[in-house]
Amino acid sequence: MQLTLWSYEGPPHIGAMRVAASMKGVHLVLHAPQGDTYSDLLFTMIERRDSRPPVTYTTFQARELGADTAELVKDTIQACYDRFSPEVLLIGESCTAELIQDQPGALAQGMGLPIPVLPLELPAYTRKESWGANETFYQLVRGLLHERRPAPGESRPPRPEGQRPRANLLGPISLGFRCRDDVTEITRLLDMIGVDVNVVAPLGAAPADLLRLPEADFNICLYPETADQTCLWLERMFGQPTVKTVPLGIGATRDFIAEVGRVAGIDTGSIPMPDWSRMPWYSRSVDSTYLTGKRVFIFGDATHAVAAARVASEELGFTVVGLGTYAREFAREVRAAAKQYGVEPLITDDYLEVEARVAEAHPELVLGTQMERHIAKRLGVPCAVISAPVHVQDFPARYAPQMGFEGANVLFDTWVHPLMMGLEEHLITMFREDFEFNDASTPSHLGHGASPGRAPEAAASAQPEETPAAAAGDPAAMAWAPEAEQELKKIPFFVRGKAKRNTERYATERGIQTITVETLYDAKAHFGR
Amino acid sequence: MSLVSEPKQGGCALPEITRERGQRQVFCGLAGIVWLHRKIQDAFFLVVGSRTCAHLLQSAAGVMIFAEPRFATAILQERDLAGMADCNQELDRVVADVLERRPDIKTLFLVGSCPSEVIKLDLGKAAERLSERYSDRVQVIDYSASGLETTFTQGEDACLGALVPRLPALPSIERSLLVLGTLPDVVEDQFRRLFEALEIGPVHFLPPRQASELPPVGPGTSVLLAQPFLGETARALHKRGAALLSAPYPFGVEGTLAWLKAAAAAWGVTPERVDEVAAPAVARARRGLEHYREQLAGKRIYFMPDSQLEIPLARFLQRELGMELVEVASPFIDRQLMEPELALLPEGVRVTEGQDLETQLDRVRAARPDLTVCGLGLANPLEAEGLRTKWSIELVFSPVHGFDQAADLAELFARPLTRGALLQV
Ligand code: SF4
Repeated sequence: MQLTLWSYEGPPHIGAMRVAASMKGVHLVLHAPQGDTYSDLLFTMIERRDSRPPVTYTTFQARELGADTAELVKDTIQACYDRFSPEVLLIGESCTAELIQDQPGALAQGMGLPIPVLPLELPAYTRKESWGANETFYQLVRGLLHERRPAPGESRPPRPEGQRPRANLLGPISLGFRCRDDVTEITRLLDMIGVDVNVVAPLGAAPADLLRLPEADFNICLYPETADQTCLWLERMFGQPTVKTVPLGIGATRDFIAEVGRVAGIDTGSIPMPDWSRMPWYSRSVDSTYLTGKRVFIFGDATHAVAAARVASEELGFTVVGLGTYAREFAREVRAAAKQYGVEPLITDDYLEVEARVAEAHPELVLGTQMERHIAKRLGVPCAVISAPVHVQDFPARYAPQMGFEGANVLFDTWVHPLMMGLEEHLITMFREDFEFNDASTPSHLGHGASPGRAPEAAASAQPEETPAAAAGDPAAMAWAPEAEQELKKIPFFVRGKAKRNTERYATERGIQTITVETLYDAKAHFGR
Repeated sequence: MSLVSEPKQGGCALPEITRERGQRQVFCGLAGIVWLHRKIQDAFFLVVGSRTCAHLLQSAAGVMIFAEPRFATAILQERDLAGMADCNQELDRVVADVLERRPDIKTLFLVGSCPSEVIKLDLGKAAERLSERYSDRVQVIDYSASGLETTFTQGEDACLGALVPRLPALPSIERSLLVLGTLPDVVEDQFRRLFEALEIGPVHFLPPRQASELPPVGPGTSVLLAQPFLGETARALHKRGAALLSAPYPFGVEGTLAWLKAAAAAWGVTPERVDEVAAPAVARARRGLEHYREQLAGKRIYFMPDSQLEIPLARFLQRELGMELVEVASPFIDRQLMEPELALLPEGVRVTEGQDLETQLDRVRAARPDLTVCGLGLANPLEAEGLRTKWSIELVFSPVHGFDQAADLAELFARPLTRGALLQV
């Protein structure tokens, strides 16, 4: 048993739903009790979907358990087929149905429906949502294309002279993070370098589109969390190479262009940066100097977390003080990246552990999921969301991709926006005794109560009966002389945690029991900044 | 069960109830934890279930992730399914974890789910074992809110039902009024003041604000239901000697007055005295409702089955605001508890018990009501078809009972129509 307060991922059948809901002509029949129908609201409320997701539930009840649930499964499938006329039917079961072992997949296949019927194995007690999406997409592609794979040894016919190379964009999915706009942005980017998009899947694809997947020259694994298995299979069966660089950030976008060029056999060396790519100059602009060395804690799905770490350190000049993911399937990538930034990787789906680690790291900015947004809010640290799990706010009305050059512009805006502006920071430092202008005030551009400042106290007093979350993990052993403590308070709040920690470390290393004002400044001189 | 009810007026036929079976679109009883955990402040709800159960709770709680919640899920893993002995050990470990994190907790609910039911994990035994172990500080109580047996608000019925055997005995010479069903504290206080003015008392509420302060029950107890979905709990209280008062539910002026009068009758207080005491609040409520009556009168409303509040709310909207009822569907209709409400529905209205989602949606589309009350999964899809909707979940999460909330309740139904008329996009 695993104690869970908040979870990053739902069960694997939610992943299957997300694939079905991404596509046209695909319907999922789910053997599940009535309560499991809650998941429709993820689509209609979070994504503001204007139609019900293509899912029919058997909603079996206790009284049916004794009798014939198999009959119920068959009736449901037939009714669903008659009403929705899907082109492909997926059959899955949720955690409870898995236990009663009705084998709905086999039942469905025995019904002789005139369409492909694909049973899904979604082990609810070992796997989770992303895995379910990845597996469902793979089963769907494999199920439709298995018969069409060329004989072993048969090589792909060369691309006809004068035809632009074509790529499939694989992985964008319903309830994914900014997939809608990333697809538009990457399609535009590919067009700029002379590559056409053959099929985008699963988002927006019909079964007929999946049948056209082999016509592309190569695949772009845009979201490995959804598509890496499918890409691997297509590579093995149809000899389509996979582009693996995920174009998040300027550097990665350049690498992506280069990799596409290599795979497609076209020269991309002369492709200029588009003039609407503003992020590099904005970051070099002197007003951004204040971003230097900002401590950032990063947590999310592996792809977005690893990419965010690169953007943060190479493109904005932040210091990565924490890096982690909730997705164990992709832990290796995150471990490798963490090593590069000299931080301990955090691989966990325990929300409380993440909270404790964020508190310990004293970041000045958190880049995370909606869960970390709450953690950051409670700790009074600015935060930007970079990854699923998503919230209604992650589906902005405006165009806001994360990938490509425009995506990098968006990253700059959304990550820098919650921070205190440079000059504002200095003014607070100089005039910290001004009663209206202190560390309790929010950055002026964020308006009243918009975010950081000292929000946690307010939140705590609104919820008096709740215990405050994990306490900040400062070593308690050290004694501070009152004057030193006073002096510490004069240090701007956004570096105070760091100053405190450094001073304590300095004192520990020298066996100093009581920290005085002298110790404080000695430590400051020692560590510099 | 004997109901203390007024003799029925002859010749008034109750509406016929059509039963439907098919796909349902509702929460399971676990969703009740979302409001129960806010109401009972010293309690913690530990669901023993799957990742799905955890996900449901999280989705139902939605934006309420402000603080560490007083609920959690012990998610069953592969190896828990392999051996029951380990499963119990694991549960003990998780409970120890929870209690260590939350030393302030005095009552721990172990909440059963579909998976725990199917593998026949005996949470009753576990509760006994754990109650003994933590006898000095925590009472451990089990109930099942599995989707196999409970629909949405029935989860509260199961929870409160599990408390009944623990209620202290009311000395046989004493009497008391027990108001049954979760009410927001503000509403509870309003009712408390009204009962005080009527010299009805002592008054207790179930659930209480602290599970460690359970109300007494005995032959001198009169039970007044504030929520219509608590049939099992009502019957369990009856078994402990309590008398059940039969009344419409306290929604709107009419419902609240009749509800108070049922208690008054049991205390020998005249209906005239109730009218007198309630007069200022009634006048306020009527004034408040007037404004919404203009907007709602003649508008056609359709209730999808969801919270079991459908029938009392339909009665309120039809009789006090002049709305026209297209269909009133409820996941489950407790004939006894609903009789006073059914008697107030207009003749010929279609009342449906249960659900067959697709055919029901066909009826909605055919009728094109002005307003459809439905769950969150259906609201936007129906809006996209040009129908105005009201999320039913708001009706269980907001203060809607009593005189002073009558206008707020009406406003919940008027808002989507006002907004529909307002928007030019
Ligand atoms: S219906 Fe059953 S399995 Fe689904 S969330 Fe409710 S209790 Fe859990």
